[in-house]
Amino acid sequence: MAWIDKLVGRSPIGPMQEHMRAAVACAHQIIPLVEAMVSGDREAVQAQRAEIDRLEHAADEIKHEIRSHLPRRLMLAMERRDMLEILDYQDSIADVTQDIAELIDQRGMQLPEPLAEPVRNLTVRVVAACDQGQRIIDELDELVETGFSEREVSRVEVMISELGRIESETDELLDTACRKLFALEDELGIGTVYWHQILLWIADVADFSERVGNRLRLLIAN
Amino acid sequence: MEFFGIPFEIWLAGSLALYMAWAIGANDVANAMGTSVGSGALTIGSAIVVAAVFEFSGAFLAGGHVTDTVRKGMLDMELVSPATLKYGMLAALAAAGTLLVGATRYGLPVSTTHSIVGAIVGFGAVAIGPDAVNWSKVGQIVASWLTSPLLSGVMAFIIFQFTRAVVLDKDDPIKQVRKVGPLFFFYVFFIIGLVTLFKGIKNLNLDLDLPQALVGSFALGLLGVAVGAFFLNRVSEGEAVPGRRFSGVERVFVVLQVLTACAVAFAQGSNDVANAIGPLAAVVSVIQGGDEILSKAPVEPWMLAIGGLGIVVGLATWGYRVMETVGKKITELTPSRGFAASLAAATTIVLASRLGMPVSTTHTLVGAVLGVGLARGIGAIDLRVVGNIILSWIATLPIAAALAIFFFYFFKGLLG
Repeated sequence: MAWIDKLVGRSPIGPMQEHMRAAVACAHQIIPLVEAMVSGDREAVQAQRAEIDRLEHAADEIKHEIRSHLPRRLMLAMERRDMLEILDYQDSIADVTQDIAELIDQRGMQLPEPLAEPVRNLTVRVVAACDQGQRIIDELDELVETGFSEREVSRVEVMISELGRIESETDELLDTACRKLFALEDELGIGTVYWHQILLWIADVADFSERVGNRLRLLIAN
Repeated sequence: MEFFGIPFEIWLAGSLALYMAWAIGANDVANAMGTSVGSGALTIGSAIVVAAVFEFSGAFLAGGHVTDTVRKGMLDMELVSPATLKYGMLAALAAAGTLLVGATRYGLPVSTTHSIVGAIVGFGAVAIGPDAVNWSKVGQIVASWLTSPLLSGVMAFIIFQFTRAVVLDKDDPIKQVRKVGPLFFFYVFFIIGLVTLFKGIKNLNLDLDLPQALVGSFALGLLGVAVGAFFLNRVSEGEAVPGRRFSGVERVFVVLQVLTACAVAFAQGSNDVANAIGPLAAVVSVIQGGDEILSKAPVEPWMLAIGGLGIVVGLATWGYRVMETVGKKITELTPSRGFAASLAAATTIVLASRLGMPVSTTHTLVGAVLGVGLARGIGAIDLRVVGNIILSWIATLPIAAALAIFFFYFFKGLLG
């Protein structure tokens, strides 16, 4: 039966879930990164950036592994193109997190006190969106296990709708944070532009998690 | 030349049949039991025992039907002289056995049926002439490369969809599989019963007509329900694996997977053993028929015993090693998928061999796995491996034919 093991190739689903775990673990680091900024601890910021770099790199490794093990000759339960698109969105979660950490470290940014609360709120919700994305990707093996049964599909669809809800909350929190930021424009000067960029990026992380869900919704709908 | 009152040629044919059966045993056990061992449902030792019991019962109780078709169908008997038939059948056994051993060595799933058919066509076309070969039968075999995987694939697709609808798409799939599982036991026992009883268990001198066979099979099916209910209720779904809600269901499916593995072993026994003992029966009938070819070569219990013995020894010697490598790997084919694929394959083989079609276990299994894959039940199927497997099916015929031609002249020179 050695031939059946060759015939039934390695499913990319396990590695996809592993990649999402790595990307979400990376996004989780935004919370301590923000705390380090609030306390103005440059060393802690640098340590946080190093950790984010490490996790982003780990996610990258898994991504390359998946890509090189997903040749066209595989007949997949989920289409190759869809899997690769989802993988790209998952990867963006880690990538954007890295961008955030880089800019903060390079400019030695310290979070102004009035911004601390709105940024914290935004970040916590963004990470929640990532966790929800993780839970959804964790359902991939159940989807295949049930052969995309209606019950399982609708279960995942409910989870995706919940993710959409969390993501729109992050939009509102971003709006609040931005208004707070622009109120400080005179005080912060050119820094405002960079802070704005950071806020957009943080919100982007949730956005990519939502795209993971939305792409999956399209995939399971047919 | 005689030993113990038995002509040397019968000794030779018996030994070659044993060799071929041994090769079948080594090659087949992995087909039938591989998924069960891979998923940890059976230990290697118990898989060997179970496979031996079911292959042997299949051979002994339900074998002996394909024998005639393959032998009679492939060659025009009017053109075959008794001596040619004798050497040819010896050559066919030697060629097919050698091919199987070689293929098993390289882990290629070739068909035992098609090796023996290729060998018969080979010596027929060369030793007697192309006119002697019933080419339309060869055409049927070539068509079966397509039809048997297709049939079994469609069946696997349906079985998997059914499993999904009645078990996996339910609120409490574990309860559901325990409830529906005995139904599958009924089905398997019923089919096995029907195949075994319908033409009567010839070897036990038991002759039943269709209604009797149906009643008997039904009773056997009910026994299956009881057995199934017992095992399905006894198996524990184990500790829930975190993050895998269906791990418990899969554990219960293991029972069904073992059942279908037994069915595959039985089907193989009934189908493949004929490949080894058919030529043996032909040789014996030529020698005992006073050099006159009888229209039917009777299959005697001792021939079936040789076939069964060969298979069991093949399982115990080489099959053991094959299983060891399989058992160490974690297969991606979960019990519910292994179940759907094996059940489809077993049904196809049993039906086909009942109809006298020379189908191959490996072909039906490959078709079945693809069928489950098309139902989006398997994460990834490597289509290049499918391509290689199909190539090895095609290559089986010419290689077996060439080997048979070689052995034909070898035996003719040796004995003639």
